[in-house]
Amino acid sequence: MLERHPSAAAAIVAIGLNTFREAIRDRVLYLLLVFALIIIGVSRLLSLLTVGDEEKIIKDVGLSAISLFGVLTAVFVGVSLVFKEIERRTVYTLLAQPVHRSHFVFGKFLGLFAVLLLNVGLMSAALFALLFFRGAAPWPLLPAVLLIAVELAIVTAFALLFSSLTNPVLSSVWTFAVYVAGHLSWSLLTLREKVPEGFARWVCDALYWVLPNLKRLDLKAQVVHGAEMPDAYVALAATYGLGYAAVIVALACWAFSRKEFL
Amino acid sequence: MASGNVPALEIEGLHKAFSGHLGIGRHPAVVDVGMSIRPGEIFGLLGPNGAGKTTTIKMILGLLRPDAGAIRVFGLPCASREARARLGYLPENPYFYDHLTAREFLDFYARLQGIARSFRRDLVDQTLERVGLGGRGDAALRTFSKGMTQRLGLAQAIQHEPDLVILDEPMSGLDPLGRREVRDLILGLREAGKTVFFSSHILQDAEMICDRIAILKSGSLLSAGRLDELVSNQVRWFEVTIRGTLPAGVDAGRPAGREDEHLVRVPDIEALRALLDRVREGGGQVVSVWPRRDTLEDLFMQRIGAEKAAHRESSRA
Repeated sequence: MLERHPSAAAAIVAIGLNTFREAIRDRVLYLLLVFALIIIGVSRLLSLLTVGDEEKIIKDVGLSAISLFGVLTAVFVGVSLVFKEIERRTVYTLLAQPVHRSHFVFGKFLGLFAVLLLNVGLMSAALFALLFFRGAAPWPLLPAVLLIAVELAIVTAFALLFSSLTNPVLSSVWTFAVYVAGHLSWSLLTLREKVPEGFARWVCDALYWVLPNLKRLDLKAQVVHGAEMPDAYVALAATYGLGYAAVIVALACWAFSRKEFL
Repeated sequence: MASGNVPALEIEGLHKAFSGHLGIGRHPAVVDVGMSIRPGEIFGLLGPNGAGKTTTIKMILGLLRPDAGAIRVFGLPCASREARARLGYLPENPYFYDHLTAREFLDFYARLQGIARSFRRDLVDQTLERVGLGGRGDAALRTFSKGMTQRLGLAQAIQHEPDLVILDEPMSGLDPLGRREVRDLILGLREAGKTVFFSSHILQDAEMICDRIAILKSGSLLSAGRLDELVSNQVRWFEVTIRGTLPAGVDAGRPAGREDEHLVRVPDIEALRALLDRVREGGGQVVSVWPRRDTLEDLFMQRIGAEKAAHRESSRA
């Protein structure tokens, strides 16, 4: 008699590992990563063509590349991961195992987030090496890189939520929309002062609190200009971001648990 | 263990309907289906395409929610993880992760079943051998043919030694040799005390291995029971192939592609004896005598035909 001890942790780890494997064997990921590394590499050239502090331009272009290509990976790989499982019906045999549907979603999230961390790690290593060989200290950029990773956790969670509800094209559009809106959510506070009291103001407030405040996680400008970021701020922002991602993953689990596979 | 009086699978009053185009109307896919599968038997769920076989199986696995009715696996609600830990499943026309090798794929499913790392490697190798894929463990799944994918699907369905194995069209896409191997594998599972529930539209295969069957049509159960109860074992007529001179007054056809032979149909053993005597006297040669019994196909066509006729009548009325 074969001994079996199916557990939630074993299932989540197995699904996460399989997702990680699938993503790192996906050519799209390499294409994005290589492109990002090229951008970081040529930021030195950009700094020569621009007026200003060369180091600041390298840091600015490098961090922007890490953020942008991280988001592109989270969206393009993230939205297809769940959809592909449904479209190719691999999810049928997977959910016939002693696996709860929330284990599936959580495993997918962890697998993809691990890929993104690896991605951000590689891109940051390239940027840090470039700065290091120019004699500049790369370490002050660490808080910005950390919060880029947290931002990617939120984007990944939204990509999973939308891909549990709709097709990859719409999922990509919605995820990008949330990303852009999240960076502009601060403007809702300005807007609320300019609209009449009542429903419109209530909508502004509701959107401000519901949308992720991604501006709070964006420290690129501060670290590039050498501003000291208090550890408490970074810790609070990271806690907010990871908490927000956890709520969206929980919503994705709920949406996926209600899904019927025709 | 798959023992005791608890049914391996129990389905009661199962209903499922799907919304029509743009959510307008409801089209019934499964209507009041009920059946009980005993531990250790091979049960065939038969029916034409669109009969509701796959929908029923998806409800057993929790991939679809029934509108009404109950499904229990060894007395446990089918949606529970405990129930799913006791079953293995092969979907129709399976497709698996093409970024994995066969060994990585089976290892992944063994992990989901909570099988310890120390057992997994040997288990995966043994399972690959069992389904005829030994030596292909390191091949990428994207290079697998349809038949190989089907075998690998069977491998993931049985490697954790489930008590109930659910197979959706397991013979589909296989060549005659592959079909025979799958039949042997299913019989082997029964010998090991496992219960097998499979859907098929290949009646010959079902007839060879099933203990009991159910026939579905348009979502409703038309018949269910033991094969020997549903299909009479009595000879219905004899088909005799004769070479050379045919006795006078005997109606005969020609077997396809054999110009020198005659095919004669006689209703019973007395008529057969008389025909054989006359052939011998006339100098002819009897090539073969084939007693034609009722088959599952006859039963299937009869029930499906009766249901179609009833449907036509009700449409006219």
